[in-house]
Amino acid sequence: MVHHTFLFSAGRKVFFLRSAALGRKEGETMITLEHVTKIYQAANGSVTAVDNVSLEIREGEIFGIIGYSGAGKSTLIRLLNGLEKPTGGKVIVAGRDMGRIKGRELRKARQEIGMIFQHFNLLWSRTVRENIAFPLEIAGVPKAERQKRVDELIELVGLTGREEAYPSQLSGGQKQRVGIARALANNPKVLLCDEATSALDPQTTDAILDLLVDINKRLGLTIVLITHEMHVIRKICDRVAVMENGKIVEQGDVLHVFRNPQQPITKRFVKQLVEPEETEEAISHLFGQYPSGLIAQLTFVGAAAGQPLISQVVRQFAVDMNILQGKISQTHQGAYGVLFVHIDGAADEIARALDYIQSQQVAVEVIHDAR
Amino acid sequence: MLANLLPNVQWETMWAATVETLYMTGVAVAATFVLGIVLGLLLFLTAKGNLWENRFVNTVIAAFVNIFRSIPFIILIILLIPFTTWLVGTMLGANAALPALVIGAAPFYARMVEIALREIDKGVIEAAQAMGASTWTIIWKVLLPESLPALVSGITVTAVSLVSYTAMAGAIGAGGLGNLAYLEGFQRSHNDVTFVATVLVLVIVFVIQLIGDVVTSKIDKR
Repeated sequence: MVHHTFLFSAGRKVFFLRSAALGRKEGETMITLEHVTKIYQAANGSVTAVDNVSLEIREGEIFGIIGYSGAGKSTLIRLLNGLEKPTGGKVIVAGRDMGRIKGRELRKARQEIGMIFQHFNLLWSRTVRENIAFPLEIAGVPKAERQKRVDELIELVGLTGREEAYPSQLSGGQKQRVGIARALANNPKVLLCDEATSALDPQTTDAILDLLVDINKRLGLTIVLITHEMHVIRKICDRVAVMENGKIVEQGDVLHVFRNPQQPITKRFVKQLVEPEETEEAISHLFGQYPSGLIAQLTFVGAAAGQPLISQVVRQFAVDMNILQGKISQTHQGAYGVLFVHIDGAADEIARALDYIQSQQVAVEVIHDAR
Repeated sequence: MLANLLPNVQWETMWAATVETLYMTGVAVAATFVLGIVLGLLLFLTAKGNLWENRFVNTVIAAFVNIFRSIPFIILIILLIPFTTWLVGTMLGANAALPALVIGAAPFYARMVEIALREIDKGVIEAAQAMGASTWTIIWKVLLPESLPALVSGITVTAVSLVSYTAMAGAIGAGGLGNLAYLEGFQRSHNDVTFVATVLVLVIVFVIQLIGDVVTSKIDKR
């Protein structure tokens, strides 16, 4: 697919170049939340959907918010474009106080914040082309320019040939591509993704996630996404925040959080990714078969995942090492893997081997000790 | 041959009555379409959780709609006689039927409009808001186009009712096929006149339904 031509054509595309250039200045804050609270008044008392959340999201990063349904992540993402107003605290996006501004100013600000949705939310009465043109109509872009911009966007998201189709004639993945093109139409600074891949099958999910990373790299766009799937975080996010009962309970670089999950909920999410549920059962089943030595869980992160650790250990220490189960997954920042191994030998050799493994930036957790 | 079977039918009168019926129906449908959409939009937009949420306005419009929708049409015409004579200057003839026709049909259509608008996925409205659309833009570019097939099939049903309303209005002096069937056919016991007038009303209804169905299926892209 040829994506890059639009970058170099004339006219509005200058904005593309500008935002791409801005994206390189990583580290500048794009979104700030200060002690943000959102309380809904319900018939039977009040519900605190977002509870004293403070966050900083940097320009050009992909920031994921993960939580189970009802954790408040939907409300949180809607605070970012003013679809919800905070009950308390401050929401600053691209320098604008989204909780304060109203009317024309708010609508203008929203044009700089694209949003895509779980159920796509396309206008079924409009073709692909007309759907993508909609935000341009809202922004008052003249017709000729609109046409040109739509053509670029269709090419960018890989929908060439489907311009005149109606949403009902598209697959889920294609619908989301239209959603993405529509969200990018006005050259936004921020893209909000509301469970954007939750209604898609795994293959389509990966294709859409690849497209998001591509757009992030190419346009330097800041992406904020909410999801309940760890897979999405693992695949594309730079940083992650874990949300539970309206609070951010943990946040940090994706690899860091994967390596040292602190909260039980985070551990549960990380576990979901690297060890399928049957693993624990399968491993405990093996305990009986190894009357000596110990069974350990080795967690590799980043560069460590690529080293020939096992053979080094076996060569340097008088131990036997047997791999029981393992899985390595690729994250946006590097690999993350878990190995379950059985180590046997003299007690002091085992201890030295474990020390060595730990010295290689690999976390060791002894889960069964038969000694 | 035709003259033998239908001895009392005067085709010129019949044609004039048909034109009157078409005129009353046409103008009333157009006015009902506009007024019904305005009322339906207000009902929808002022409802709980919507863009112009306003309990007072919603209750007032809902009450108005419910009252005028419930009054039997023949009674509504009589109740509206002072209003009609004030507005049109007379209570006889096709034009005099129009106020009652519109006031009788618009609330009925307004409810259909409201239902059609409620069928629109809330997510689509949210998406338009997220793009920075104003409420007017949402009305013109989201609400009306997205509900258009339902609006058209609703106005088709309403138009069919309006044809029978014109016949009722005709019975008390508004002209048209109903008037002819009542005065010439029923009161003078010319059954052939009643028969032909009925057939013509049926043809009008079928044609309206056909047009409505064709247009609806043409614009429905779901």
